[in-house]
Amino acid sequence: MATALDPQQRPNSYRTGPDEHGHFGNHGGRFVAETLMPNILELEAAYNQAKADPAFQAELDSWFKDYVGRPSPLYLAQRLTDHLGGARVYFKRDELNHTGAHKINNCVGQILLATRMGKKRIIAETGAGQHGVATATVAARFGLECVIYMGERDIERQQPNVFRMRLLGAEVRPVKSGSRTLKDAMNEALRDWVTNVRDTFYIIGSVAGPHPYPAMVRDFQSIIGTEARAQIQEKEGRLPDLLVAAVGGGSNAMGLFHPFLDDAEVGIVAVEAAGDGVETGRHAAAMTAGQPGVLHGMRSYLMQDNDGQIIEPHSISAGLDYPGIGPEHSWLKDVGRIEVAVATDAEALEAFAICSKLEGILPALEPCHALAEVTKRAPAMRSDQIIIMNLCGRGDKDIYTVAEHMGVRL
Amino acid sequence: MSPTRIERRFADLQKEGRAGLITFICGGDPNPQAFQAILAGLLAAGADLIEIGMPFSDPMADGPTIQAGNLRALAAGMTLARLLTQVTAFREKDKTTPVVLMGYYNPIHRYGATRFLDDAFAAGVDGLIIVDLPPEEDEELCLPALEKGLNFIRLATPTTDSARLPAVLGNTSGFIYYVSITGITGAASPVADAVGDAVAHLRRHTELPVAVGFGIRTPEQAAGIARIADAAVVGSALVEEIASRVETSKADSAELIGAVHARVRGLAAAVRAARKDSAEPGA
Ligand SMILES: Cc1ncc(COP(=O)(O)O)c(C=O)c1O
Repeated sequence: MATALDPQQRPNSYRTGPDEHGHFGNHGGRFVAETLMPNILELEAAYNQAKADPAFQAELDSWFKDYVGRPSPLYLAQRLTDHLGGARVYFKRDELNHTGAHKINNCVGQILLATRMGKKRIIAETGAGQHGVATATVAARFGLECVIYMGERDIERQQPNVFRMRLLGAEVRPVKSGSRTLKDAMNEALRDWVTNVRDTFYIIGSVAGPHPYPAMVRDFQSIIGTEARAQIQEKEGRLPDLLVAAVGGGSNAMGLFHPFLDDAEVGIVAVEAAGDGVETGRHAAAMTAGQPGVLHGMRSYLMQDNDGQIIEPHSISAGLDYPGIGPEHSWLKDVGRIEVAVATDAEALEAFAICSKLEGILPALEPCHALAEVTKRAPAMRSDQIIIMNLCGRGDKDIYTVAEHMGVRL
Repeated sequence: MSPTRIERRFADLQKEGRAGLITFICGGDPNPQAFQAILAGLLAAGADLIEIGMPFSDPMADGPTIQAGNLRALAAGMTLARLLTQVTAFREKDKTTPVVLMGYYNPIHRYGATRFLDDAFAAGVDGLIIVDLPPEEDEELCLPALEKGLNFIRLATPTTDSARLPAVLGNTSGFIYYVSITGITGAASPVADAVGDAVAHLRRHTELPVAVGFGIRTPEQAAGIARIADAAVVGSALVEEIASRVETSKADSAELIGAVHARVRGLAAAVRAARKDSAEPGA
């Protein structure tokens, strides 16, 4: 069996993982079909080489700056802070990125790698459509063929993003299997990859999947935390007391958290989607209510029944509607470095309203889950304490969902 | 360790100078009762080895046909524990036909790997094919399974080049399963020449029997494979037979079971005759 990391045993650094086999403690690994293994190993080698190449880093930085629009601001949400009456709340504003979410950070990194590897065809899975739009965007810019897998149910509830992807020249393939949502889109993307493995690059959209994806996507998203760390030092002269981010697969959260993991004074909370409430069983809270399992190439906390069959997740937010979670989060939870909280659909909608009215920002429903947690924590903190929340996406894509819940017809 | 049923069966086939037929059906498809009856008649219909899918909600390496078979079985209440009970019942009557369980790791992980290996061995299971456990994860299940006396059968694929092959063959036992296409089950049919070259390549690196599967549907295709490999694996075509009966005849069980067995008889006859009409038997 894989070597267990004693939860009591604190590592010297939380930032050195994964090991050479892609394990974060008991989580991670490479649980894929043999057809994919040569590709996975090739990808790992190519990524390691790129990571060590200053020219690749310089190229990435330049795309971040001129195409994505980085650095994203660190913004003091003063009216929200006054309203909550406690800690000072900062938003890391990745919703201002090109395409409207943090997903583009990872897509730029992976497409640069794909072109270095000479791949001609790009595939991706998408739930909310944000990762699909970001992938279609970079594929258009780099002139590569692009196929996006999306569950039929998600296609229905995220029509604007489906149209965006088509405008960008991508083919959106509806997935009719299983629950017809994100997990099934990922199954179908893996099936495509197995079939077209030689010329195809699979851009996974979160810190999930087989090694090296969780580490690679984390590295590309870590620009969020790296910037935030420098920005808060500049604005406040010190590190924050608390970081809060929503987790679907976990990429926006890991991007913010990772550069702070070894700062013991910084508390960290990952917020899972509780859907109708964890107690109802209709949720997407893998770390809160799941057990370790193996899906999509990794071991991690997973929503499953006693027979190891995957349970359909539920969340108002298509981007959080996933039964698993990236393996590094599972490990950080096991060793006690992060706390895991939950927010229900109703709490996320309430946070959506507060943020829109007080700050003039329509947030995506995903970070609304993080904001719901902020509204619970900030009032109990002192006014000289600091929270940084990852506002990782804008809400334009969600206005139809929100309208439906308000009983408004658009 | 004494030879396993799989090793003995391939030794017997070699003596007979013919290739074997391996049939694949999803455990519990279309329902546990009908499945038990299908299982019981496979040997008489001509199957030499029996491969049973362990149903899983998310079979990532399978096409629509086998995905649907998995879901039919799950909807009918199939579980891994129940499958082991059914293998036990099968084994009480049939002491020699090898049974290989094929599937994905999560149901086993949840059951508990050690407990699963104990129960599978006790039930009379002979080998395991776990699609999402590559050699890189051998400590999970492969090494404990070998220790227990079960065969661990690995898939080699068209992407398995010479550099990769030693890793794939390393802890493989019983036989090696050559996946004849880069793709999922039930997709395109293999190109015979390419398969011949690949099998020859495998034989230069291993003494293990070579079975070939994925995309083999008709008796003619099975015969073609039987001329170059030690066994032909047929799955989607049988699962499709079940699916079409479930849809059309409202699952009259006797008819469905009979149709699956008839299909196996046709494949078995072709596999048995294959080397008789080729110029060089056993080549
Ligand atoms: C705005 C936004 N936030 C969060 C997520 C969830 O993904 P992750 O947990 O990887 O950040 C998504 C996914 O679509 C998203 O669009």
